[in-house]
Amino acid sequence: MTGVINPNVRQNKAVQLDDGVYWVGALDPGLRTFDIILSTANGTTYNAYLIEGSEGFAVVDTVKEEYADVFFSKLESVTDYSKIKYIVLNHLEPDHTGALPELLKRAPHAQVCISQRAQTMLKALLKTGLEDLSYTAVKTGDTLSLGDITLSFLNTPFLHWPDTQCTYLIEREILFSGDVFGCHFCDPRLFNDKVGDFRFSFDYYYAHIMRPFKQWVLEALDLIIPLSLKMIAPAHGPILRDRPRRYVTHYRELSTSSLSGKLGDDEKSLIIFYMSSYGNTARMAEAIYAGIDDVEGVRVSLYDLQGGETDPFVDLIEEADALMFGSPTINGDAVKPVWDLLSSLVVVNLKGKLGAAFGSYGWSGEAVGMVEDRMRGLKMRVPTPGLRIKLIPTDEELEDCKLFGREIAGILVGKNQNRGKIIEMAEL
Amino acid sequence: MAKAKVTFQDIDLTVSVPVGTRVIELSEKIGSGIIYGCRECDCGTCMMEVTDGWNNLSNPTVLEDKVLKDNMAGRHQRLACQAQILGDCTVKPA
Repeated sequence: MTGVINPNVRQNKAVQLDDGVYWVGALDPGLRTFDIILSTANGTTYNAYLIEGSEGFAVVDTVKEEYADVFFSKLESVTDYSKIKYIVLNHLEPDHTGALPELLKRAPHAQVCISQRAQTMLKALLKTGLEDLSYTAVKTGDTLSLGDITLSFLNTPFLHWPDTQCTYLIEREILFSGDVFGCHFCDPRLFNDKVGDFRFSFDYYYAHIMRPFKQWVLEALDLIIPLSLKMIAPAHGPILRDRPRRYVTHYRELSTSSLSGKLGDDEKSLIIFYMSSYGNTARMAEAIYAGIDDVEGVRVSLYDLQGGETDPFVDLIEEADALMFGSPTINGDAVKPVWDLLSSLVVVNLKGKLGAAFGSYGWSGEAVGMVEDRMRGLKMRVPTPGLRIKLIPTDEELEDCKLFGREIAGILVGKNQNRGKIIEMAEL
Repeated sequence: MAKAKVTFQDIDLTVSVPVGTRVIELSEKIGSGIIYGCRECDCGTCMMEVTDGWNNLSNPTVLEDKVLKDNMAGRHQRLACQAQILGDCTVKPA
């Protein structure tokens, strides 16, 4: 193993990746939890890069603050600060900007280049001592010259913050991708053809960081795919120099719906999840299910939360067009399995999905309203007040459930009962 | 009290409201796809497109203007948590 570790990695010297391109990042092998939500079995790396042109240097990203010394030592092994012309920030999260305040002190003349959306965040992140900070906001297609080489920018927002961008070194065909194509995997051998098996870490990182932003990933890939790629240099984990395009293809696969191929062209997917204590909410769910099934163009699925686990349900929810949750009210609250599911959705994008709630209750029936509020909080739209039935549903009430199902399904397929209607606000 | 009609294009529903009502006060109740984040003119999540009657909404405040700019809003885009309905208009999620 020692044979493939460049001694510079540990000796605080820059590691050359290509002609005039250096890794000046830091290893953090002891990290086990990142950002509260991510675990990592063997740490991470904070990858920063130094690019040398005939007219000066550009730094791409920095490192977490506590690793600033390593970063500066590596920088100083190649150049002195007076030659740094640009500081490019692909992403402003503190693990990449921790050394920025100090870098700005050492290279005060350097021009900071950030995305358009990063402008307000930069000042909020770096609160002190930067009153005079000047920066250039760049967008897709903007370029920077370092004499014989050129950096070109790709605006790739929401991967995974609004500010994110990628930077492409045209002459060397290297993409500095920020968190995209990154992972928490620390291996001093640095390169994907030398490090250990990091497939799990790569997919895990995607699943927790990029997954809620699949649509933005696909838009970014549209910009990245036309590029010639000799190497992808992400902000965490192995540097992808061996067949980098494989990772681009893999990102596309991970970001593409697996359900769409199984549904008809205009067909929508609706999933009902329910939990029942005495079978009353279950009966409602079945009647709603039957009602929805009458509506053409909707593929409905029915799941009893008691018989499943959260993770596969999250996968189903991600691809559904509409979701219905049924919960009885117990002690004035929706039941725990419903909350467990509704609090496990941070990794998927629910924005704009149609939602509805229902449930049987004994006294006051708060669960339905609480679940509706939660769905709105998750940025779903909840067009119809939920259906609550006191204790055991009668045949008539089960008929109401069917109608409720049909109504929601109708809204989903655009059979809009409002069509052209005018109502008074007081009626709401 | 003067009234105005606001049409939510995505669900094809028109609501007659007292002049001065904010879009946020009714869009969720009727199930329009306009969605909200902070609800206080900071995040830009509730961006909507005004497809008709652009001049019949209250002028953006300095703060809304800033959020619109930060979020690269188009010319006829507004924040639903801020815009007040002053006359007939049509809106939809941006």
